[in-house]
Amino acid sequence: MSSSKEKEKSWREVSIAGVCSKSSIGFLTGDWKTYYPVRDLEKCTKCLTCVMFCPEGAIKWAPEKGDIWFDMSFCKGCGICANECPTKAIIMKLPQQDEEKSI
Amino acid sequence: MKKQLREESIAMNGDEAIALAAKQCDVDVVAAYPITPQTIIVEKFSEYVANGEVQTEFVCTESEHSAMTACLAAAVTGARTFTASASAGLALMHEMLFVTSGFRAPVVMAVANRALSAPLNIHGDQSDSMAERDSGWIQIYVENAQEAYDSIIQAFKIAEDIGVSLPVIVGLDGFTISHTLENVNIQEDKEVMQFVGQRQLPNVLTHEGKTVPFKLDPDNPMTMGPNALQNYYFEFKRQQEEGMKNALKKIQEVNAEYAELTGRSYGDGLVDNYKVDDAEIAIVVVGSTAGTLKVIVDQLRQEGIKAGVLRLRTFRPFPVEQLRSALKNVKTVAVMDKAMSFGAFGGAVFNEVRNALYDAKEHPTIVNYIFGLGGRDTNPRELRKIYDDLLQINKTGTVENQVRYLGLRE
Repeated sequence: MSSSKEKEKSWREVSIAGVCSKSSIGFLTGDWKTYYPVRDLEKCTKCLTCVMFCPEGAIKWAPEKGDIWFDMSFCKGCGICANECPTKAIIMKLPQQDEEKSI
Repeated sequence: MKKQLREESIAMNGDEAIALAAKQCDVDVVAAYPITPQTIIVEKFSEYVANGEVQTEFVCTESEHSAMTACLAAAVTGARTFTASASAGLALMHEMLFVTSGFRAPVVMAVANRALSAPLNIHGDQSDSMAERDSGWIQIYVENAQEAYDSIIQAFKIAEDIGVSLPVIVGLDGFTISHTLENVNIQEDKEVMQFVGQRQLPNVLTHEGKTVPFKLDPDNPMTMGPNALQNYYFEFKRQQEEGMKNALKKIQEVNAEYAELTGRSYGDGLVDNYKVDDAEIAIVVVGSTAGTLKVIVDQLRQEGIKAGVLRLRTFRPFPVEQLRSALKNVKTVAVMDKAMSFGAFGGAVFNEVRNALYDAKEHPTIVNYIFGLGGRDTNPRELRKIYDDLLQINKTGTVENQVRYLGLRE
């Protein structure tokens, strides 16, 4: 609800009942993950199943490129995309295994 | 004249009076689960719904936990919300009582006070709502069906006040009030609606940077019920305490305003002082027992004994100043508790009263009577005996057995 950089508000200043007066967009969850998704571009048919299933909305469709991309600052590494991919184009990896090829 | 009386006064039990009051307040949502001795309230209310006499959404839930959850959810959409419970039902709501007050949702709930199991007992004592005294709900206890009716109407005005924004329990003694027929003076629908008014909403600052009414609304999205960890939880709890402080003032205001409309008031709204000002001995009590005590006080006065009774109408927030001021000239005080606080030094009311008096310049000698558990009848003779005990304490100046049991077979 607040970042450590900001001055924390007093009880007189905060909205009642814990209503968030700050967007959670700045609250990055990408560093929660252990495994991260890696896509095999040859196997991917761009069917967008992963986009629909990602519980974080971290897999984005970029219409100008006609392709998807993974927003790693929000991907928690749950692996649902890899599980749901009909062509098995996504695999979950530890960072040191395949660092350079991450998408 | 006769005709007018018939229009204004109806024979009702406390539960029916409460259902009528809720109907007249035009509640939007009622979510409830039946339990004795509250059942008549929701039965009667569901009749109103079935007959099309109200526009209320009546939600039959599978448990009291769900009932309170539904009430909370309805209340945060801006709906005026009402429910009723008792005993095990209230206990099952326990978790959601804290969530509701934490959400600052002004739900009004009638609690027909009843004993808790085990052993199983459906009769009246105040164990159920006294156990919820730290749940962040305002607690008002009534003396009779008339006050039950009046207090529900007042409760919406108190709960929905922006500075208060807290849920309210109106406690009525199970069976003694809930099931006993009385003549209840009622107000006209439009008078009640005018008094209670439309629900007002406090403003909050949302994540979009907008200041909007605190309400679940697709046009003004906001996050309700988020995490607040070590860095913020404490602040929100302190805010709730401020709501309680504001309630102390609001309850008095509403009591006075209601008196203007109806001619009926209950002390200052917080404590109901019956001949305590010049009393040497007095009893502090919560609920219907005060009615019997007032009769006894009158008898004692005729005998030349300066006795009084102070009925604690509002238990949360606890009216420390009002209590101190009422008891400042009294020599000896008995506090009656219709609930146990196992392992504690006396009952909850005794603890709070004694605590409030500790810092007073002069404080009376004080003694505790636990009574009426599981609906055990407390007759006038027994109550008279308390005053006799107080006179005795007055003479000797010493108290043996500070915590006593009234009407218990020793």
